[in-house]
Amino acid sequence: MSQAKEADLHVWRGDGNGGGLVRYAVPLRDSQTVLDAVTWIQRRLEPGLSFRFACRVGMCGTCAMTVNGKPRWTCRTRLKDVVENGRVVIAPLENLPVIKDLACDFSSFFGKWGKAGGRFAATATRLDAVAAIRPDSRRRRLADAGIECINCGVCYSACDVVRWNPAYLGPAALNRSWTLVNDERDGGREKRLRAVAGAGGCHNCHSHQGCATLCPNELNPTLSIAGLKRATALAVLKGEM
Amino acid sequence: MIGVRLYLAQRLSALILAPLVAGHLAVIFYAVQGGLDGAEILSRTQGSVGFALFYGLFVIAVSVHGAIGLRVVVHEHLKLAGRTLDGFTLATGAVLLGLGLRACVAVVG
Ligand code: SF4
Ligand code: SF4
Ligand code: FES
Repeated sequence: MSQAKEADLHVWRGDGNGGGLVRYAVPLRDSQTVLDAVTWIQRRLEPGLSFRFACRVGMCGTCAMTVNGKPRWTCRTRLKDVVENGRVVIAPLENLPVIKDLACDFSSFFGKWGKAGGRFAATATRLDAVAAIRPDSRRRRLADAGIECINCGVCYSACDVVRWNPAYLGPAALNRSWTLVNDERDGGREKRLRAVAGAGGCHNCHSHQGCATLCPNELNPTLSIAGLKRATALAVLKGEM
Repeated sequence: MIGVRLYLAQRLSALILAPLVAGHLAVIFYAVQGGLDGAEILSRTQGSVGFALFYGLFVIAVSVHGAIGLRVVVHEHLKLAGRTLDGFTLATGAVLLGLGLRACVAVVG
């Protein structure tokens, strides 16, 4: 490991009432992630620095921050890849209230999962036989396309419509809803379609694909939302809603 | 701030508008190419049921489409919401419809 150079990390510090960037010099190392660098600051320079992480391997979805203006998983972002002229700006995610420093309050984000009908409505119990779903069936493939979401909030932070219209349910919750609409075992379709067809629902999406561009899991919430728009519009035209 | 019904209204009005805009451009092209002056244009449009239907439908579709589009813009950027937003949408639609129909009457009537 070379320890030849340093990078200036400009880290946002503050709370819900405001704050600003504070500069920390961090030694650059091979294979060091942005999360490693932030952790280094906390261990060596600023024990009070607050941020969230758990798995460190891109599975838990808790470490997302805004790096040089873009939301990213910091555990899967190499520091060297984002250093520009010796500096990196690290801030909390956008569109979520800051609790302290880099840690945001996700209550509104998960609240919207509930509002978008994100809860599976079981039609069978554990005593029933396991449902046989063909892996190549249309609905299974549609559900598959969106199912790997780990609730990291990157897409939500990237979405301009969430910024402009705080009632908008956002890409992650709507993507979840679409996977359930395509789940053959689920019995909540009608209620769910109603939930995403209201004032803050899927029709407010501008389809500009910021979410799809930045989702670290390469999911495409825009496509899921387009599916919801179609499904709800058809339901209205058929008089089902 | 739109739900599925306004979304549908906007898509359907767009569907209607697409061919009408093409037709409108064709009419302009024809009038300009032919070097028609105002009086010659009016002599062709006045009393024409076809023109009345074409531009009547055009104006209605524009009013619906424009009002919903502006509703989204003012909600997102000027933070209008609730009744004020509904009022704005209706007023915009009414103004567009009024102005458009007035122009229709002037050309066809
Ligand atoms: S869709 Fe992608 S970016 Fe959005 S919460 Fe899920 S994993 Fe994160
Ligand atoms: S495509 Fe829709 S959900 Fe995705 S970022 Fe744009 S407005 Fe937001
Ligand atoms: S720490 Fe779990 S995804 Fe980054």
